[in-house]
Amino acid sequence: MEAHWEHFPHEADMGVRGVGATKEEAFEQSAVALTAIITDPQSVKSEMSVEISCEAPDDELCLVDWLNALVYEMATRKMLFGRFKVTLNGSRLHGTAWGEKIDAARHQPAVEVKGATYTALRVQRDQKGLWIAQCVVDV
Amino acid sequence: MDLTQLTRKSEWEWWIAPFGKMRVPGIIYASEALIREMDMKVYEQVVNVATLPGIVQASYAMPDAHWGYGFPIGGVAAFDPDEGGVISAGGVGFDISCGVRCLQTGLTLKEIEPFKERLADRLFHKIPAGVGSHGRLHLSMKEMDEMLAGGAQWAVAQGYGTLQDLDRIEEKGCMREARPDQVSEQAKKRQQDEVGTLGSGNHYLEIQRVVAVYAPEIASAYGVREGEMVISIHCGSRGLGHQIGTEFLRTMAVAAAQHGIELPDRELACAPIRSDVGRDYLGAMRAAINCALANRQVLTHLVRQVFSEIFPAAALPLLYDVSHNTCKVEEHLVGREKKPLYVHRKGATRAFGPGHPDLPEPLRAVGQPVLIGGTMGTASYILAGTEESMARSFGSACHGAGRSMSRHQATREWRGREVIDQLAERGILIRSVSYRGVAEEAPGAYKDVAAVAEAADQAGLARKVARLEPLVCVKG
Repeated sequence: MEAHWEHFPHEADMGVRGVGATKEEAFEQSAVALTAIITDPQSVKSEMSVEISCEAPDDELCLVDWLNALVYEMATRKMLFGRFKVTLNGSRLHGTAWGEKIDAARHQPAVEVKGATYTALRVQRDQKGLWIAQCVVDV
Repeated sequence: MDLTQLTRKSEWEWWIAPFGKMRVPGIIYASEALIREMDMKVYEQVVNVATLPGIVQASYAMPDAHWGYGFPIGGVAAFDPDEGGVISAGGVGFDISCGVRCLQTGLTLKEIEPFKERLADRLFHKIPAGVGSHGRLHLSMKEMDEMLAGGAQWAVAQGYGTLQDLDRIEEKGCMREARPDQVSEQAKKRQQDEVGTLGSGNHYLEIQRVVAVYAPEIASAYGVREGEMVISIHCGSRGLGHQIGTEFLRTMAVAAAQHGIELPDRELACAPIRSDVGRDYLGAMRAAINCALANRQVLTHLVRQVFSEIFPAAALPLLYDVSHNTCKVEEHLVGREKKPLYVHRKGATRAFGPGHPDLPEPLRAVGQPVLIGGTMGTASYILAGTEESMARSFGSACHGAGRSMSRHQATREWRGREVIDQLAERGILIRSVSYRGVAEEAPGAYKDVAAVAEAADQAGLARKVARLEPLVCVKG
């Protein structure tokens, strides 16, 4: 199965889930799911890139750090991202996010993401051996 | 929620007897119908909060409670520092000091109706709202620190609003002992262009009509009259609060084990009140409270500017400003002793009863206005704090309708354009940058706000004073 993303329900907020053959892919897809809360990821052009590095004591905190770094970059640069590349080296993550400045008319941003939470936070392999990276984000 | 897990103490009060590691019972205030609608996750979260060190009396959930992260939204819990009590970033939430304020126009529907479209358009133009919007202010780092220390008092000193406004804001518009130096550069950077912005999601600015008055003597003290128009603003501490929440949730999650705190779940991340992390968070969180108060004050100024274009004589005095995501130190009766407690209210409004010294003189005799935000198609409520609420919930009540459906499900049920058209047929004008945002916030995705207000009233948390229905709604 190809790497993909999905949302899972949470009463007040929203869950993001990335699925992939590798942990890196699952992290990348979770970031696409994050963008999909705000707008259609396919509507975001890859005009510029932003580099992100983080380090955490375990995979789950690393996922939250990665998503929160993206939330921060979106907020301060007034950007949206549609494409991602992640490399993991032990507890260190290096990521690249491609995107563009927000265009309210074209992107129709639905809601702002406040931050990634530890609710329903998992980074693990499922029964088919695919990597899952997921958590609830506060909107 | 499974009713068999609860003990019904009265028609409006449900207990979870302590089991396992619970230190105190869980108490939910709601009607049977509201309880049945609540997710079992609310039950789990009320139970989890009851296990935290130093919790006093009970882990409470208000009638609008729904599944949050760590604490339920609509959760109230007080902690005693003398008993190893904790402070929790998840117990406050990401949108620190998110709240509602209500302005009085003194105008009737008949006076406003002919200008409704123009007011909607002008407010939508003037109030920065939605993802990626900029405020009209850009703060230097020095100005940022002044704003974080001064709150609405800072905003008034900058010319946004009047000194009279400050009397009608909790803490007189300035949270003491805020520590801007404990707020990270990142959080400040995230806020530089966001002062005076509405945000998105469930945040809104509404022109509303007072359609019913239930307690005339209290309404009279508040200056609320049936048929008159008011303006409600719902928003919080914007990017700064979100970043502080993000950073301290992580710090507390990592530090919990060092403090000997066993967390049933990481999302309950907390630190002892008397620890470096606890003190740092408290200082930063208080700075974020000031950020929210300043933000709502600047927005108030923008609203007044718009109204003055059409109604030059309308002063738009502030009825009250309440926050519903906070942790505050308050004196409460524990047994026979008054003690300073750290009261967490996450999606819960302070509801101080009559005679409380923190209330401004004109409101003191009748109790604090409790402002309950509804949805763009239903109603909002003004309630008043009661003496009973001080004993029942550390002086706390509900904060809104509370969601009953996920955003995901709401977008499958409704289209934003249809929601806007249907509301327009009922005379309600919506202005929003995003159709999908409107669909996610469709009135049907929320609990029945009338049932929530009724439950708060009947449970003795706050008394119903007036019902407000929207005429114009600006959504982020």
